[in-house]
Amino acid sequence: MTVLGNLDFSVIPASLPFILTGLLFSLNLTLVAMIGGIVIGTLLAMARLSPRPALSMPATFYVNTMRSIPLLMVILWFFLIIPLLTGHPIGAEKSALITFTAFQAAFYGEIMRAGIQGVPRGQVWAGQALGMNYWQVMGHVVLPQAFRDMLPVLFTQTIILFQDTSLVYAIGAKDLLKAADIAGKNYNRPIEMYLFVAALYLLICLSLSVLVRRLQRRIAVLR
Amino acid sequence: MAYHWNWGIFLETVPGGDERYLDWLLSGLAWTLAVSLAAWAVALVVGIPVGALRTVKTRWVAACATTYVELFRNIPLLVQLFLWFFVVPELLPRDLGLWVKQDMPAKEFITATLCLGLFTASRIAELVRTGIEAQARGQRMAAQALGFTPLQTYRLVLLPMALRLILPPLTSEFMNVIKNSSVAFAIGVIELTFVARQMQEESEQGIETYLAVTLLYFITAFLANRGMALIERRARIPGTIGGGR
Repeated sequence: MTVLGNLDFSVIPASLPFILTGLLFSLNLTLVAMIGGIVIGTLLAMARLSPRPALSMPATFYVNTMRSIPLLMVILWFFLIIPLLTGHPIGAEKSALITFTAFQAAFYGEIMRAGIQGVPRGQVWAGQALGMNYWQVMGHVVLPQAFRDMLPVLFTQTIILFQDTSLVYAIGAKDLLKAADIAGKNYNRPIEMYLFVAALYLLICLSLSVLVRRLQRRIAVLR
Repeated sequence: MAYHWNWGIFLETVPGGDERYLDWLLSGLAWTLAVSLAAWAVALVVGIPVGALRTVKTRWVAACATTYVELFRNIPLLVQLFLWFFVVPELLPRDLGLWVKQDMPAKEFITATLCLGLFTASRIAELVRTGIEAQARGQRMAAQALGFTPLQTYRLVLLPMALRLILPPLTSEFMNVIKNSSVAFAIGVIELTFVARQMQEESEQGIETYLAVTLLYFITAFLANRGMALIERRARIPGTIGGGR
């Protein structure tokens, strides 16, 4: 007889409120890092595409650095560095928010760069012919199209981001995984908790990717 | 910012031992490489057939392969690692489960390798599928016209071309394996990230420690990238935009 017969899933309703606070933190972290990452990432993409080396070189360096280190190392780095810079500890949760925004900016930035490069050159010329300056061409003509074209990819990246939030485990921030971990230990039912949390991640990520596929079909008709 | 720099820390001996911190780092690097390479082998062995099966005409076979991919792609790697390490031994038959928990040699290494390998396999499977679907329909038809069995069609016609087509994204996947191997610290594999955390605690020289470890990851990623680029050059497909004559 295996442990299968001894599984007791009644701990899940009992610990659900606690787990939900963890899930809420994970979702919050995802949302903040997505919005912050897309904003900073777009600026990074514009800098990378700039003809001025003073802009493009630091941006390229930043993106390439972030992309070649494991996220886990970045999380540990920020957790160590931020208190040294600010002079006082800021806690794992805040540190996670800053880290994920900074890290995801590099990835969203690369997506936005591909999006900007995919906009036909004539669009820029048309904007210039109308007397628009750089920021107007970008803001009114190029970025809206780039953003629209890249929407499915941006959302796919967000699903990856949501999964990656589980890595804040390393600095002890209380996300969905950590909450399940604690609950499993408190109720002495770690097996049930890990299975439950895996199912929850699966459900959320699968539904999101179905939505992205639908969005993709809707958007694909243009051009 | 009051930080006490000490670059000599790497040559100092670890408190209560006769090793230097440098030895820790090198041993961590060795474990990172061991987990990454072994997991990469598992990923290729599992991922290529699964990707090919996603494109076969038999519906239920393709559905099984799709299920594999969706399952392994939609659960975070760290959660999968905990499932393999804590949950799977409990679900095995009693004696086998006990053996895995107590007596299996290099338990952490094997678990991490298997987990990372099967996770990466789902990504490779997706690449292989796109590589197969990107080829002209005529390839498959020509193979059939020559009387190839389905197995021969895949082995001799579709897969060799698919693998050459997907080499560039395969390179980034290889670098991802090296980066993702850092997750193995969570079950106690003494690889680079584990060593970094431990050395920071022992020596309290966090910045030097993390700089050194980051540099080691950089060098590893760079070498992996160059190695794959070498293969890419050798395997270019003649007559394509990327491919010379």
